[in-house]
Amino acid sequence: MAEPLPVLEMTGIVKEFPGVRALSGVDFRLFPGEIHALLGENGAGKSTLIKVLTGVHSLDGGTITLNGTNVRFASPSQAQQAGVSTVYQEVNLCPNLSVAENIFIGREPTRFGRIQWKRLRREAAELVDRLGLDIDVTAPLSSYPLAVQQLVAIVRSVGTGDADGQGAGTKVLILDEPTSSLDRDEVLELFALMRRLKDEGVAILFVSHFLDQIYEVCDRMTVLRNGALVGEHMVRDLDQVGLVQLMIGKALDQLEELHDQQLHSDVGELLLKADGLGRVGGIAPFDLEIKKGEVIGLAGLLGSGRTELARLLFGADHPDSGRLTIGGKQVSMSAPNDAIAAGVAFCSENRKTEGLVPDLTVRENIILALQATRGWTRPIPIAQRDELVAKYIKALDIRPANPEARVGQLSGGNQQKVLLARWLITQPKLLILDEPTRGIDVGAKAEIQKLVVSLSEDGMAVLYIAAELEEVLRLSHTIGVLRDRKLVAQLANGPEITTTRILETIASGEHQ
Amino acid sequence: MTTTPRWRALTHHHLFWPVAVLVILLLVNVPFTPDFFAIKMTDGHLYGSLVSIVLFGSPLILVAVGMTLVIATGGIDLSVGAVVAITGALTCSYISDQADQSALSGVFLALGIGLVAAIVCGLWNGFLVARMGIQPIIATLIIMVAGRGVAQLITDGQIITVNSEPYKLIGGGYWLTLPFSIFIVAAVVAVTVAITRRTALGLLVESVGGNAEASRLVGIRSMRIKIMVYVFCALCAGIAGLMISSNTSAADGNNAGLWIELDAILAVVIGGTSLLGGRFSIGGTVVGALVIQTLTTTIYTIGVPTQTNLVFKAAVVIIVCLMQSPKFRAKVFGAKFGGKQAAAPAPAETAPAAEASPKMEVS
Repeated sequence: MAEPLPVLEMTGIVKEFPGVRALSGVDFRLFPGEIHALLGENGAGKSTLIKVLTGVHSLDGGTITLNGTNVRFASPSQAQQAGVSTVYQEVNLCPNLSVAENIFIGREPTRFGRIQWKRLRREAAELVDRLGLDIDVTAPLSSYPLAVQQLVAIVRSVGTGDADGQGAGTKVLILDEPTSSLDRDEVLELFALMRRLKDEGVAILFVSHFLDQIYEVCDRMTVLRNGALVGEHMVRDLDQVGLVQLMIGKALDQLEELHDQQLHSDVGELLLKADGLGRVGGIAPFDLEIKKGEVIGLAGLLGSGRTELARLLFGADHPDSGRLTIGGKQVSMSAPNDAIAAGVAFCSENRKTEGLVPDLTVRENIILALQATRGWTRPIPIAQRDELVAKYIKALDIRPANPEARVGQLSGGNQQKVLLARWLITQPKLLILDEPTRGIDVGAKAEIQKLVVSLSEDGMAVLYIAAELEEVLRLSHTIGVLRDRKLVAQLANGPEITTTRILETIASGEHQ
Repeated sequence: MTTTPRWRALTHHHLFWPVAVLVILLLVNVPFTPDFFAIKMTDGHLYGSLVSIVLFGSPLILVAVGMTLVIATGGIDLSVGAVVAITGALTCSYISDQADQSALSGVFLALGIGLVAAIVCGLWNGFLVARMGIQPIIATLIIMVAGRGVAQLITDGQIITVNSEPYKLIGGGYWLTLPFSIFIVAAVVAVTVAITRRTALGLLVESVGGNAEASRLVGIRSMRIKIMVYVFCALCAGIAGLMISSNTSAADGNNAGLWIELDAILAVVIGGTSLLGGRFSIGGTVVGALVIQTLTTTIYTIGVPTQTNLVFKAAVVIIVCLMQSPKFRAKVFGAKFGGKQAAAPAPAETAPAAEASPKMEVS
């Protein structure tokens, strides 16, 4: 294949934030008609690079050329005008409007200042049809599942400039983790759309944490680490192990050791006991015992009641039935305060809505739980506070290591670490982690799993919820299996327990 | 970029723009009143425009300081004007019933009655907002509307005048050459800063306002905190009510503290606290209140006709708000004055944008 000229070329890109060099001299090129993966751990600079390209952030150094001409976009809309469109992880559309309206929102075809509704619908239908999607453009967007909404968002960004013949039409399409909330079939549909666009000559920049997906759909990849370029490779030339090593800069076979280590470690005396604890519409009454130093993994499909079970143990929701005993004492679970006082900590799966206070600093977010238990009248002495915060920033390797940074500006993996630090300084007896590794990169995933093992060795009990069965299997002493909002089985982990065995239990819903 | 780091640090301080606006407003007066900054000593009292601004601005500062904490929790309190009226009415009607209006014991009891009434109003607001989950703007609307009626009931629809030397001191007297109300304001501001920043109250208030659900899940008792700030806000309004009625030696249920809630909200916003809740700045609020009071004074000194002074005021407020918006400054004066939006968003303007924008990665 003869290499054509790149449609987009970024050279020597530099971006600095106060106290941090987010990108130092990164080169990146994108060819027409290819799907190009941008890879790196959280905080490696992927999102920053995209934001510099699309004009969200200003550029501190380097050049960007699009089709051979120097460009520097002042805003995402300017970038879009020039043919560089972005679709983010979260769908930024209006659910109450129709699909057609969403596709053309902000650039509706008009005549004499009035919107030409017929033309809008016709063109939307043509566009959807051309891209091989089966969507009724007159239906409200909310009538479609999230995956289809994501496809609509892509159609919308591809359709730029089609309405009035203005604008250049999309040459570069950026997909920032489009697959993180899709199931397998939906991902396939997305890939089909991506390939069709690629055949039309669109250059696609694809960011994903799922390495399998990269190998399935991408042609070329660029790897970043700590804001610097590590390399550009054709996907077929580099295998997954090599890629992961490039991304984190060191070999990663310690994870397998974790499993053996965990299987051979002992657990202590009884810590928590739930008798018939349940909540109508949340989870059927269940019995559960957790011992000191024990890691209990919860496995089950999304919506099987994993999170609901955890929330009951924490008092985040009020149980309708049952009793909860922690450390031999019965706990009234009317609010999280009671659980926290009894030594339970809970990291929610929704970091943004239920975890972080984005406006506050890293330091303030870290001390929040400890401060809440002390009440407002007894602030943590400043020296002690700074020492604690510094200790956990170092121990968990939170970056940037600046306690004054606003937590909303950190990357996903670092935000997760801030939440972990928040609970670890309260020295809980039971730590509930709901999807702690979701949406974060391989390196941070491994670090968090290692942390769980070392905490359990120190005698802390951990309730670990993860969609990835391998993680649950690797870390847990006991695996609780959920199905249809019911705790159907508790399996003692051992050599004979495999992901297949767990899947069978989920499928059959029976003890075996 | 040619600016020095020190200048940058200065322009990026959260008080820079409010203070700049205040200074500009003060300077505008000089051509009209050449001795604007002069302070004279007469009869052992200090007089001058600057002293007057602080004196007449005192009630607004008090109300705005209370309002700041309410707004920081993501709420709002529209009832402060009515609380001003109720407190003044109760206190004055009690004093006017005394045989000896200047008796200290009677005056102290009257102050107590007035402030307890204010606290009751605050408890009611806090109860509705925190316990019953009613939207703050609706919950506090109740006392805003009904409270004026209550004040009228207390005064029988009349303006009650009192003749009490000790009471006159609060809003109209002098101490150590300065108006006594300045000392009251200084004390309230100092106490507020101390209880919010010396304890963890400020952090917890910001956390509740910044993310209510996350705060519940870390075990912050947000109900208590919310009730506390509404009570505190009403108490501040009560003290302002004492000051206003003391200054005129009269309680006017109809007009005392009329529209002060709007000025107070404006002062909070000018001071850099976001109406969405979260980060707050007491210092900013004080400056914001002084800006509004200076504006009122300026309108008189430069001779804007009374009929149009509200329009003039509105125009200045729009300019002030635009000056504070980093987006606007970047557009008009170039990026140098705009500051880095992504790195340091100003609370009032870009907070919603920061919420909505997808996650950012740094490092």
